[in-house]
Amino acid sequence: MPKKKAKILNEIKLKFPSLSENERFSRLVVSGFASQLDPQIDEISDIKTAVSEAVTNSIVHAYKNEIGKIELIARIYEDNIIYIKIKDYGCGIPDIKKAMEPLFTTSPEEERAGLGFAVMESFMDKLKVLSKEGKGTSVILTKKIKTKLD
Amino acid sequence: MGLKLYDEVEEKSKLTAYISGEIDHHSAKSIRKEIDINIEKLNPTNLYLDFSKVDFMDSSGIGLVMGRYKLQSQRGGKVFIQNPPPLIKKVMLVAGINKLAKIVSIDIPLSEMQKAKETVQNSDKQKNETKEVSIDVHKNDANKNKEPEKALEEVEDNAEKESKNTK
Repeated sequence: MPKKKAKILNEIKLKFPSLSENERFSRLVVSGFASQLDPQIDEISDIKTAVSEAVTNSIVHAYKNEIGKIELIARIYEDNIIYIKIKDYGCGIPDIKKAMEPLFTTSPEEERAGLGFAVMESFMDKLKVLSKEGKGTSVILTKKIKTKLD
Repeated sequence: MGLKLYDEVEEKSKLTAYISGEIDHHSAKSIRKEIDINIEKLNPTNLYLDFSKVDFMDSSGIGLVMGRYKLQSQRGGKVFIQNPPPLIKKVMLVAGINKLAKIVSIDIPLSEMQKAKETVQNSDKQKNETKEVSIDVHKNDANKNKEPEKALEEVEDNAEKESKNTK
């Protein structure tokens, strides 16, 4: 998370149903939004991958047998920081620690690798997961984009 | 997103699947279906998954490789990951999928890719008519492999000339 008093320079909000077609849509929106920070190709790829993981989690796990609402907020903070929050109102995660363990998955039959959180963690600077059973889950991703001077 | 498959004559038991486009949870379903149908049909010992034309992949791509690895293991076969671009390879290494499927880089002459394309197009037509196994086997002609190299040399020559002209 950026510092509490860090200034928000730009913000978008997006609401969409948990259809798998929106996995691509949402990562392209975030990639377009992040492009104003002039990121490197690999940084954009990291962000797209992390967003794709988080949104897929909501689609596959939070709304397992239903279509629900997903909210995405993306912000740019000063110091070239991109912040992305992906929120759903689905089933929630009973044990976040366990869910974050690499290779742990509740959907092996769907060929889910159980690596979503591991990928988010390694591709972003920070990952925060908030969840309440029966209420939903929020995933917050942040990354500092390197400036050309760095 | 697309998939091109062909069988090689030298190694009858080799199947290469050329995956292209973006691999996510949405697209993985149809890719895995098409690969599995062809595994069933052609019964290959070695399955090569070519990622050279994949421009995005999340952990659904890892699931795809893991699933094919399981399938091939049950049948006594192997899976290889062929020519992943750097950003795709990064996801694979984070996941450690290279422990299950070896990452290999293989030079594919342009003519081969073209043939694979044509073969699948032809086979699609046949599929509709006869519903038979329709992926053609072709011979590797050493002379043909030289063609793209020549073409590349020409391109390089031209590029050199052009750069001289601009100077």
